[in-house]
Amino acid sequence: MTDRHPDTPASLTIRDLRKSFADTVAVGGLDLHVEGGRLCALLGPSGCGKTTTLRLIAGLERPDAGSIELGERALTTAGTFVPPERRRIGMVFQDYALFPHYDVAGNVAYGLGRRANRGRVREVLELVGLDRVADRPVHQLSGGQQQRVALARALAPTPELILLDEPFSNLDASLRERVREDVREIIAAAGVTALFVTHDQEEALSLAERVAVLREGRVEQVGTPEEIYSRPSTPWMAAFLGEVEVLAGEARDGRVKCELGSLAVETKAEGTVEVLIRPESVAIGITGPPDATEAEVVGRRFYGHDQLVELRLPSGRKVSSRRLGFPAWHPGDRVQVWVEGPADVLPGS
Amino acid sequence: MAPRRPPVLLLLAGVAVGGLAALPAVYLAITIAGEASSAADAVFERRTLEVALRTVGLVAAVTVGAIGLAVPLAWLTVRTDLPARRLWATLTTLPLVIPSYIGAYLLVSAFGPRGALQGAVEPLGIERLPSIYGFVGAWLALTLFTYPLVLIPVRGALRRLDPQLEEAARAMGRRPAEIFRTVVVPQLVPAIGGGGLLVALYTLSDFGAVSIMRFDSFTREIYIAYQASFDRTEAAALGAVLVVAMLVLLALYARLRGARAYHRAGPGTVRPMGAISLGRWRVPALAFCGVVVAIALLLPVGLLVYWSTQQLGDGLALGSVVGNAGNSLLVASLAAAIGVVGATCVAVLTVRFPSPVSALVERLGYAGYALPGIVVALSLVFFGTRVALPLYQTLAMLVFAITVHYLPLAVGPLGAALLQVPPRIEEAARGLGRRPLEVFGTVTAPLVASGGLAGAALVFLHAVKELPATLLLAPIGFETLATDIWRQTSSGFFEAAAIPALVLLLIAAPPLYLLSEKGTVTS
Repeated sequence: MTDRHPDTPASLTIRDLRKSFADTVAVGGLDLHVEGGRLCALLGPSGCGKTTTLRLIAGLERPDAGSIELGERALTTAGTFVPPERRRIGMVFQDYALFPHYDVAGNVAYGLGRRANRGRVREVLELVGLDRVADRPVHQLSGGQQQRVALARALAPTPELILLDEPFSNLDASLRERVREDVREIIAAAGVTALFVTHDQEEALSLAERVAVLREGRVEQVGTPEEIYSRPSTPWMAAFLGEVEVLAGEARDGRVKCELGSLAVETKAEGTVEVLIRPESVAIGITGPPDATEAEVVGRRFYGHDQLVELRLPSGRKVSSRRLGFPAWHPGDRVQVWVEGPADVLPGS
Repeated sequence: MAPRRPPVLLLLAGVAVGGLAALPAVYLAITIAGEASSAADAVFERRTLEVALRTVGLVAAVTVGAIGLAVPLAWLTVRTDLPARRLWATLTTLPLVIPSYIGAYLLVSAFGPRGALQGAVEPLGIERLPSIYGFVGAWLALTLFTYPLVLIPVRGALRRLDPQLEEAARAMGRRPAEIFRTVVVPQLVPAIGGGGLLVALYTLSDFGAVSIMRFDSFTREIYIAYQASFDRTEAAALGAVLVVAMLVLLALYARLRGARAYHRAGPGTVRPMGAISLGRWRVPALAFCGVVVAIALLLPVGLLVYWSTQQLGDGLALGSVVGNAGNSLLVASLAAAIGVVGATCVAVLTVRFPSPVSALVERLGYAGYALPGIVVALSLVFFGTRVALPLYQTLAMLVFAITVHYLPLAVGPLGAALLQVPPRIEEAARGLGRRPLEVFGTVTAPLVASGGLAGAALVFLHAVKELPATLLLAPIGFETLATDIWRQTSSGFFEAAAIPALVLLLIAAPPLYLLSEKGTVTS
């Protein structure tokens, strides 16, 4: 495939990147490495410095300190600052930032400058599946199509890295799922290293090969989506990625004892620990395994395909259990509660 | 996003434009400071107080008159079942097209001592009509040709009114007249105030109409003082007093515009309002509209055509008209072109690189506009005779004066257009490998072109009508249509002024049409 970058895709290395605006620290010592050809997500709550990081990589902001390297090239170091137009980095903006005075082909050709030829424009438009609307004004396109024009425009000059800022936030929920899949396929076909920013955990976990979670301008944890979700490195991480119960426990010989019984532990741990349990691991029933705990149902929220059952343990502590929508549990029901699968623990504080 | 440092060249250009725009104001201050005691004497003279009172009286009378005409006209043409109200809406707005000095000239030519009406009534034995000259004439001319400045915003405000408020008032048992007074009028106050202040500013700085009507307001006194004596400190001092008055009105206007933003209706669509039935008031309402249109539009235009045919019938040479029209076009085109270039520097700097420096540049850009045309010209006469003698009475100096005077007219639409271009688009272009100047040429410039065109049209429109600065600064023997009309009228040659006036209106028509299409004519 001709869209594939001729050389091996460049890796991205960021070291101790810092940027403040007035009194606010947006990026406070960020380290990140993205291997060539990978699709990586920068995930974090709003205001964590995701977009600033992206703009620093693109060269749209100057960092206060730190270095950015793309493959062998230093883009930003103490002494050098490569201007955005010479970075060979494609960017897809949240609102797409399409040129309203050009048609679809004109937008895609813009980045090719004098090297623009119809062949390349057509090739990229075919890649994103828009070759039939090449001569349409961009405002006549649907949101999903505009998104793909923005992607095609960024890919046309064969960049070494492509950055996407909240690429799906402007799309309807119904459209988002499909466009996500399209975008992943297009980026994979182009064989380019890609970094996208999102605040949507589901989006990051389902789309990216690697996820870097940002918190207050620093990387909190990097890993595959599975690692990030099932083995959060801090309680904050665990809470950020979904509802989680944190119970006190004692770990010994690969097991941990806590209020919900004795559970298997995957990581090495000894002594006082914090046990992280996600509601979907908390099982309930009229009868349970021998080491199950007694509990009382105190609340229930019904979501259709599942329900969240709130339980009160003998100690008075409340935990939640996410079950399928049937059977229905009701406040006042006496139940047995136990944990399915291994638990994740963090050193106790 | 965080403010970024502007390119050095842009910063220098912006500062240069701001500095040049402030030159007339600064040099006026220097002149007065240099002769502080005689300037103070001139200011505290008894005559100055009289002039001030006369001027304030005229400003107040014209403003009240314009509001008195505009509000009923706006209400009739927006909210009632007035027959042919679309047509009336257009016809009542059109007098704005006639520069007040041309309007004044035509009123004088109609009602003046040697005018058309006098000629018509003389056979009936009426030797002398009451004089048009003085306060009445100036008031009439300025009111008739500025009231659309109130009419247009009030019509806009009336159209944006939420009819539910009136319906609610009606449901509470109020009668229509009460509702108009207690519900409608209070909501129109910002529009009336804004338009009224525009009329007041216009009247305060107007030179042509008052001088044709021989009414000694500030601007005419300044001109007389300038012409009469070698010691021009008196003119400068009077000019300074006038500037202070302008600044007070401008500050009021700025406050009102700021407040108006809070009054604006939400983005939701407003249900169309049912037209109020005029009933037996239909005929008086039609008569009112008819009289206004007759005096402010049909009479002047009719007279213009009448005098023009007279003139053509006499078979006079049109050579001088063609030459003067060429001069008008030359000055106005140069001012528009240079004004847009300067305004682009100011607009890009202030919109894209906000900082204390760019805010200062923007303020300085308005300095020339806050000064009445005659004061800009006066200050530059001092500057030319004392500092830049080689430039005095050159075309360059004239174009400079007119450009700095009207610069903000171009900054406005350009800045607005630039605000609508998201910076993301420019960043996207840079990410695609284009250098900043290339980005400006291929992305920004095409997207703000219509704003630039509107700015150029506005500057052109005002420059081509400009009178006092041209009178004071034009090279010797350099006449424009405006100065020609003024001189002929001042000497009572009404026929001779007709064709230049007609040509001037024709030259002003295309940019005016362009601006009305874009809806920026009143901005």
